[in-house]
Amino acid sequence: MEQFIWLIPALPLLGFLINGIGNKSVPRGMSGLVASITVLGGFILSVVLFLQLLSDPNLVIQQKLFTWMATSTMEVDFGFMVDRLSVIMLLVITGVGFLIHVYSMGYMHEEPDYARYFAYLNLFVFFMLILVLGSGYLMMFVGWEGVGLCSYLLIGFWFKNNDYNAAASKAFIMNRIGDLGFLLGMFLMLQTFGSLSYDKVISGASTMSVGTPVLTAIALLLFVGAMGKSAQLPLYTWLPDAMAGPTPVSALIHAATMVTAGIYMVVRSNVIYVLAPFASEIVLIVGILTALLAAFVGLKQTDIKKVLAYSTVSQLGLMFVALGLGAYKTALFHVVTHAFFKALLFLCSGSVIHAMGGEQDMRKMGGLKKALPITHLTFLIGTLAITGIPPFAGFFSKDEIMASAFATNGWIFALVCFCALLTAIYMFRLYFLTFHGEFRGSQHQQEHLHESPASMTTPLIVLAILSTIGGFIGMPEIMHAPHLLSRFLKPVTAMAESYTSLHVTHTFEYILLVSSVSILAIVIWFSHRKYAVQKHVPAAPQELSGFQWVLHNKFFVDEFYDAIIVRPLRMVSSLGYRWIEQGFIDGIVNGFGTVATSLSAALRYLQSGAIGFYMIAMVISFIVVFFIQMFL
Amino acid sequence: MQILSLFIVPLVGLLLVRLMPDSRKAFWAGMAVALVSLADVLVKLVSLDPSTGYQMVLDQSWVKDLGISFYVGVDGLSMVMVFLTALLIPLIIYSSADREIPDYKNLLSLVFFMQAALYGVFVSLDGFLFYVFWELALIPIWFICLLWGGKERIRITLKFFIYTLSGSLLMLLGVIWLWLQTPGTHSFDINSLMQLSLTDSQQSWVFWAFFIAFAIKIPIFPFHTWQPDTYVSAPTIGTMLLSGIMLKMGLFGLIRWVLPIVPAAVESWSWLAVGLAVVGVVYAALMAMAQTDFKRMAAYSSMSHVGLIAAAILTADATAVEGATYQMISHGVNAIGLFFVAEILQRRFADREIGEMGGLAHVSRPFAIGFMVIMLGNVALPLTNGFVGEFLMLSGIYNYGAWTAAIAGLSVILGAVYMLNAYRKTTLGETSALSATFTPLTVSEKTLLLIIGALVVIGGIYPKYLMDIAGPSLQTILNKPF
Repeated sequence: MEQFIWLIPALPLLGFLINGIGNKSVPRGMSGLVASITVLGGFILSVVLFLQLLSDPNLVIQQKLFTWMATSTMEVDFGFMVDRLSVIMLLVITGVGFLIHVYSMGYMHEEPDYARYFAYLNLFVFFMLILVLGSGYLMMFVGWEGVGLCSYLLIGFWFKNNDYNAAASKAFIMNRIGDLGFLLGMFLMLQTFGSLSYDKVISGASTMSVGTPVLTAIALLLFVGAMGKSAQLPLYTWLPDAMAGPTPVSALIHAATMVTAGIYMVVRSNVIYVLAPFASEIVLIVGILTALLAAFVGLKQTDIKKVLAYSTVSQLGLMFVALGLGAYKTALFHVVTHAFFKALLFLCSGSVIHAMGGEQDMRKMGGLKKALPITHLTFLIGTLAITGIPPFAGFFSKDEIMASAFATNGWIFALVCFCALLTAIYMFRLYFLTFHGEFRGSQHQQEHLHESPASMTTPLIVLAILSTIGGFIGMPEIMHAPHLLSRFLKPVTAMAESYTSLHVTHTFEYILLVSSVSILAIVIWFSHRKYAVQKHVPAAPQELSGFQWVLHNKFFVDEFYDAIIVRPLRMVSSLGYRWIEQGFIDGIVNGFGTVATSLSAALRYLQSGAIGFYMIAMVISFIVVFFIQMFL
Repeated sequence: MQILSLFIVPLVGLLLVRLMPDSRKAFWAGMAVALVSLADVLVKLVSLDPSTGYQMVLDQSWVKDLGISFYVGVDGLSMVMVFLTALLIPLIIYSSADREIPDYKNLLSLVFFMQAALYGVFVSLDGFLFYVFWELALIPIWFICLLWGGKERIRITLKFFIYTLSGSLLMLLGVIWLWLQTPGTHSFDINSLMQLSLTDSQQSWVFWAFFIAFAIKIPIFPFHTWQPDTYVSAPTIGTMLLSGIMLKMGLFGLIRWVLPIVPAAVESWSWLAVGLAVVGVVYAALMAMAQTDFKRMAAYSSMSHVGLIAAAILTADATAVEGATYQMISHGVNAIGLFFVAEILQRRFADREIGEMGGLAHVSRPFAIGFMVIMLGNVALPLTNGFVGEFLMLSGIYNYGAWTAAIAGLSVILGAVYMLNAYRKTTLGETSALSATFTPLTVSEKTLLLIIGALVVIGGIYPKYLMDIAGPSLQTILNKPF
């Protein structure tokens, strides 16, 4: 198997080439099928790899394809590495990716540019696989920027719409800001360790002592990259805008896989972060602030996808909280469960939007549970999972984050709990507004309401099952079942665990379980009463006031960035061009020319052509030279 | 003697195209000669042994009394530059495939004249010979810009000519001064120039004389104001020659003539020289953002990229210089790619602004894809040719100074800003009235986009071959004891 690792990314690349080069000459039925099968192939290979790794705890498979860049001072291989961390990511990417490819066949059915869509989607999977398979940071960066490109291409997939194009550019540029941090972090690593391959960097870092400044700097610079890719403060505003892309894209790229790359990066570098407590604290603070801010904004959004987008930002924030606490396995656990339930929620919302003829405003929905029974049920499961109700998947991972927080810092624990409460509030608001109450859309929409085709509902059902049982891979101690994921990942985070102890008492776990369930029950009851029974409909944006108005407008962060960065930059650029470039610098250059021209114009009078004048001039100069010779 | 074929082939081409009865045939004859030259260079590239010094050397005394010789030869660095020239000339000629250009035969002759002179610059091992070829290369490009240029070409070309010529004169002074320092009967031989032991202040004077000459040619901020006008007014062939190959004369000159001859001055003045180059990187990117004309945007984009190359060279860091050498090739490909996109737009829309276009992706898918790949090379996405050099250069600059690298690295962001903006305004969105008139790409346009696109990707995935060729010679230059 070792020799065939390259096949895992090569398959989707092949799919990309077939759909990309064949484009419209590929039969419609074929392109979706080819795209899905290549990802399925990757999934099967990943399962084989997984089983192989399962049997041998110390197995790390390296494969070097060729030397990519080599200078006298460094060498970077184009190579792959599979360990227990990458294989988990592989399973999530290819597994969830395959389901979303299948779903897309139904969702994009009427899209004329079908092959281009699948080409991009396959290209995305290719780069995402490179990201997690790479044998060093530079290979990670290849995937990192590659998925950014695909995200750009897919957000702007419907490129007639200029708002979508703007959203796509924004995503790319904001990610680039983060990428500069990543790049600088790599330069520092090269300088410090002389290499970018994981084994050399990690073994080099592990010999250093806690708080070494260079490690802190590396950790912080890498984290800047993670802020961009995983949409954390202050680089998160691209993600809600990214919802301009087709909904399956939001599910795959902007919820389940790409945006978790930042978490993967930190887990991969956990040795560095453990030794850089200051950087970890920054991660923690950024994470909790992002989680809270996004959850607040999510409360007042009325666009179904926007709510889910802010929810994603918020959940990613929680993952960073876990990372900041040193609970690397917990963060990855939440990546996995989140991939299941958030992909599910997005795909359900896609099914709703599909049925509503493109409508995304929840105020125009309502009562959809009758017309969309499967979507309704699976969405409910997704909601229960994300809000953390046992035994659904989100409960286990979120419970772990809370426990880790409690073991470290009471304040963080309180904030995480508060964030979980907000999650429950906006998610049940979303659920009841959409599926309960009365239908508020147009007559036309009502007549056309329909459940989605099987190609769409099947992935929903599979993801719903995963969202239900997915949490069992990480049972808390009080359930007396093994924490499978934790055990599996032990070799990856062994060193980190020797530094941090995040143990909580069983009593605490019981209290947490009971209290969180009862609080969630109250939230559900309250939301049900408000939106399903009393049929409350959120007010139109212009009727909002005070804090609600601020929340609806997302704290005006976009406007703020526009005012302090975008517009000043444009002004510097255009005024600089007019004043400095054309006025000042070129003015000086042309000044030389003008002086030279006027000098020559003056000198031209000397060349009058009159012999007499020349004679006089000659005589005078002789005298002058003579005097100079004589007296000086 | 085999090195002479470098000059003979283009000179034969120069004559051959003149003998052709019409411009169509002249085009094909020109293509054939350019490809022969490429094949010739490839043979030399393969047979070169990168680890030993100058090869295929020809040392023919020219003006004995002054110690001037026709002393030429190649090492890895020269070979790579020669290869760049040989690779781009056929592409540049091919870019004119469907165009009815008046007096085409003369244009092609000048291109071949230029090619011979460029080869000369890259293989000269005699300071005076280098200067001669340097100036020889200016003549054909001056005629090309003057006779085939666009609006205001006379004023603009004059400025370009005077500006670069005054720079070159400084260099001539520097070369002559160095010659005066050589022992005995004096010599312009690069080896004797490298053996001079100059004091720090002497080195500084020579450094600045050379630096200003090269800085004008490259161009480095603030010696650049001839460049945007010239690039815009020149015919596309001229712009491609200028940006793709000719400005590399300056960058190459820094590596070949400045780093090894005045290393102490490089070290003591790099703060200013690197500083100017890095300021230029950001400055040019900001200027590119302000442009509404595609070609002018591409001109500033090119300036931003070469500013980074210059900065990397002037740090004299091994990784940076190796990256810079590779980036010279990548930039050559990417720049002519971008100017070819500009040419495609110009053929159809004349001098219309970017804002009037839009939605070209609906009208022409091949254009949208080709432009996309070239754009990705220009924004240095990994697995494109632009990334390799940019990564190594920034990494080397980081060794020189972390903040310098961070500031130069802003081009990573700003480059994406102006390139995506240009792409969006021309290619995405609703099809504008102007864009609706876009005639489909011709076969030759598609072919050229395909070739450039392929070079962008291949150069990004397998840079190793060329880097291995240039590497050892750069080590020799940088490790010269001083």
